Amino acid sequence: MATVELHKVCKRFGSVEVLHDIDLALDRGEFIVFVGPSGCGKSTLLRLIAGLEDITSGELRIDGQPMNDVLPAKRGIAMVFQSYALYPHMSVYENMSFGLEQAKLSKAEIDRRVRAAATMLQIEELLDRKPKQLSGGQRQRVAIGRAITRDPRVFLFDEPLSNLDAALRVDTRLEIAALSKRLPDTTMIYVTHDQVEAMTLADRIVVLNAGHVEQVGTPMELYERPASLFVAGFIGSPRMNFLTGQLAAAEGAATYGIRPEHIALSETAGDWPGQVTLTEKLGSDTFVHVAADGIGAINVRVEGRCDIAPGTRVFLTPDAAAAHRFDAAGRPIVRAAP
Amino acid sequence: MSAPEGTSRLSRQRIRSAWLFLAPMLIVLFIVAAWPLGRTIWFSFTDASLDLMSEAEFIGFRNYLEWVDFGDGEGAWYGLLADQRWWRSVWNTVVFATVSVTFETIFGLIIALVLHQQFAGRGLVRAAVLIPWAIPTIVSAKMWAWMMHDQFGILNDMFMALGLIAEPVAWTASPDTAMIAVLIVDIWKTTPFMALLILAGLQMVPEDIYEAARLDGVPPWRVFRKLTLPLIMPAVLVAVVFRALDALRVFDIVYVLTPNTDATRTMSVYARENLFDFDQFAYGSAASTVLFLVIALITITFIMATRMDLEGKRQ
Amino acid sequence: MRFATLRTLGFYALVLVIVVQAVFPFYYAILTSLEDGQALFEVNYFPATLNLANYRAMLTEGVFGRQILNSVFVASVVVVISLALAVSAAFALSRIRFRGRGLLLLTILSVSMFPQIAVLSGLFEVIRAMGLFNSLWSLVFSYMIFTLPFTVWVLTTFMRNLPVEIEEAAIMDGASPVTIIRRVFLPLMWPAMVTTGLLAFIHAWNEFLFALTFLSTDSQRTVPVAIALISGRSEFEIPWGNIMAASVIVTLPLVALVLIFQRKIVSGLTAGAVKG
Repeated sequence: MATVELHKVCKRFGSVEVLHDIDLALDRGEFIVFVGPSGCGKSTLLRLIAGLEDITSGELRIDGQPMNDVLPAKRGIAMVFQSYALYPHMSVYENMSFGLEQAKLSKAEIDRRVRAAATMLQIEELLDRKPKQLSGGQRQRVAIGRAITRDPRVFLFDEPLSNLDAALRVDTRLEIAALSKRLPDTTMIYVTHDQVEAMTLADRIVVLNAGHVEQVGTPMELYERPASLFVAGFIGSPRMNFLTGQLAAAEGAATYGIRPEHIALSETAGDWPGQVTLTEKLGSDTFVHVAADGIGAINVRVEGRCDIAPGTRVFLTPDAAAAHRFDAAGRPIVRAAP
Repeated sequence: MSAPEGTSRLSRQRIRSAWLFLAPMLIVLFIVAAWPLGRTIWFSFTDASLDLMSEAEFIGFRNYLEWVDFGDGEGAWYGLLADQRWWRSVWNTVVFATVSVTFETIFGLIIALVLHQQFAGRGLVRAAVLIPWAIPTIVSAKMWAWMMHDQFGILNDMFMALGLIAEPVAWTASPDTAMIAVLIVDIWKTTPFMALLILAGLQMVPEDIYEAARLDGVPPWRVFRKLTLPLIMPAVLVAVVFRALDALRVFDIVYVLTPNTDATRTMSVYARENLFDFDQFAYGSAASTVLFLVIALITITFIMATRMDLEGKRQ
Repeated sequence: MRFATLRTLGFYALVLVIVVQAVFPFYYAILTSLEDGQALFEVNYFPATLNLANYRAMLTEGVFGRQILNSVFVASVVVVISLALAVSAAFALSRIRFRGRGLLLLTILSVSMFPQIAVLSGLFEVIRAMGLFNSLWSLVFSYMIFTLPFTVWVLTTFMRNLPVEIEEAAIMDGASPVTIIRRVFLPLMWPAMVTTGLLAFIHAWNEFLFALTFLSTDSQRTVPVAIALISGRSEFEIPWGNIMAASVIVTLPLVALVLIFQRKIVSGLTAGAVKG
């Protein structure tokens, strides 16, 4: 059953339309990630759902009820902001209880909920502190805790990891994943521009580009069957190789796409001869950049260490079953069933 | 159902509350500023007097300018614009504003440059510089009136000891020196304000510009003229305009330091004299109106010229 | 080497001149206030006597004590009312998008440029009509003309720079606009409120023209007018000692405030003027 439904939702700022006819249906308990490059409208879409921006046209429903004209606090949602937006002059406890106070809950109920959330997030010992006495990761937990106490139907995250350093980002990502397992009835909507976060967290990903939904699907669907050239290029790291010209034409496509991990590299024989221009060694993998004769630059992912010198002649062999073909409009050409 | 822009419940609630929050302030400002200003302008076209305000009748421009025919072929111009004393007070105001703002800018710049240096005790010096600003204008005027006293004043004593003057000067009483006395007090009192504004401008100039100039071997005087001065010019200009507007409406210092002399009477003093001392309420209102127009003109020009960012749009 | 020393000496000489010119008049006023009788009429550069007679005279005889209370009352009430009105107005002006906001700000700012004399006759009529003539409330009311535009302007600028997300978090928490101001913004705004409050206090404390015009009896007057009107029986009997004692009494609290809140006042002054 769908908790959040958007029907032909448009958003204009003045004369600029930033979201065009968005149709989405999100299931209860799902973890949904909105992903896309900056300026694609993903944060605006989240803010429309939150009620912080007006919907220009179209309809938003939560649990079947129209929400366009409902105040943010009455929508049964909670939001974790990019900058955490903790109230700097209130203690952690007050930060978490403020919203409940506004909802006129009893003191005992407020206390119970705050302590339950604090226990869940292991921040009980921080309850008396002020936000400026907390580390970035602790602030993040408090922001999540504040959202949890509201016991929302829908949980909104607006790029919550972007203010954390790399190591903490991974830990927090795992915690958010664990949190969503602990709250199986709560729908999570998570905005990010980082496709790794999207792939690791999401049940389903919504890829947005220039105010349009490009594709909705599970991470593996997006990876294996991208619905457009844009999605193919956006999902997966390193990026898919796009080859045009003769090679693509021979495959009956405008663009031929092959992921770096779907190309075999050999020093002796293969389909595409070429010359190594650069290698990037990550330890676990090596990215080998090859200038293939008559085809162009191709990035190949080799597992483990690969000490191949630039200038070396190599041969590449694509895994034809994993290749993607796109027409001139960027739509995939569906392969006949094997 | 689709909601047109700006009409969701949240937007409605916010816009409604915006006007609710603004209302008290706007009402007070209306009663205390807009309405009285309108009434002042109205009075200037009537024959209102202090005791008969409500029965004032419209008389056109007669408070400003009127040709009175004596009936024998002779006649004369009357009204504010034909009054020698008014024009004298306009002249006094202009002189006061020009000289005081000029000196305040020069001294303010010097003090700002000093305070911008790193040196031991800078905080104390800055505190000391602020003192004249903190002293009420009336108190400053009285303090200086005492220091400028013709018989017992310390200023005469000092200047005579230094050999600058041969005999005591009646600073505030003599028509030759009254304006100088007023200027001295005003410059002393207001230079700190100028210095602070210019200092703020100086502190906004990024340090690395100076470092770059030093690496290029530019001599200090040229650094000041070619780098510092152009960069702080906007701040200085704003400060000068603010001060000039303030100086054009000067009242307290003149009223307390040198009462009743033609040598220092400014437009504000002239207007108040007529309003309340000479019982020429309508005529005084005309003088107030002219002063308002002068200041309004300068303000509007300034706002147009600088195109101030009032919406606070951030880039 | 010698040139550098000379330059340092020159610099400190300049600093000395600046400090002396700034401090000397007030120093001399204190000096005078401590002299009595004949000592007053001898020019001294350093304290010769320490006589509190002038202070005793000012504070025990006459209504000067009452006048100080008048000033304290007027300035404090002006601060409280203008801050209350300005905070709510600043919230609307900084946080809510609505038509005509820019024009409104411009109008408010231009009121601060009004010459007081231009509204004097109209205001006189309003105050008489309201029955406030010779009442301290006439000053509380009329001082709004200069405190309000300034406080609104500075607080709007300050509020505009508070993070938007904090307010949005409060909206998500279900706080009404009043609650947002009271519980979220007010606690964050106290630095700006201290600054603008202080400046409004100083301005109200020093104001002369309205106080001279709207109050007519001695016991109602505020201190600037009181000091301006102290006079002797003739020009040669002006009680300079008393005037200086009164001046020192009136000024000391201000100087103390300014020195304590130096930084805040400087930032407030420049915010009001430069951030155009």
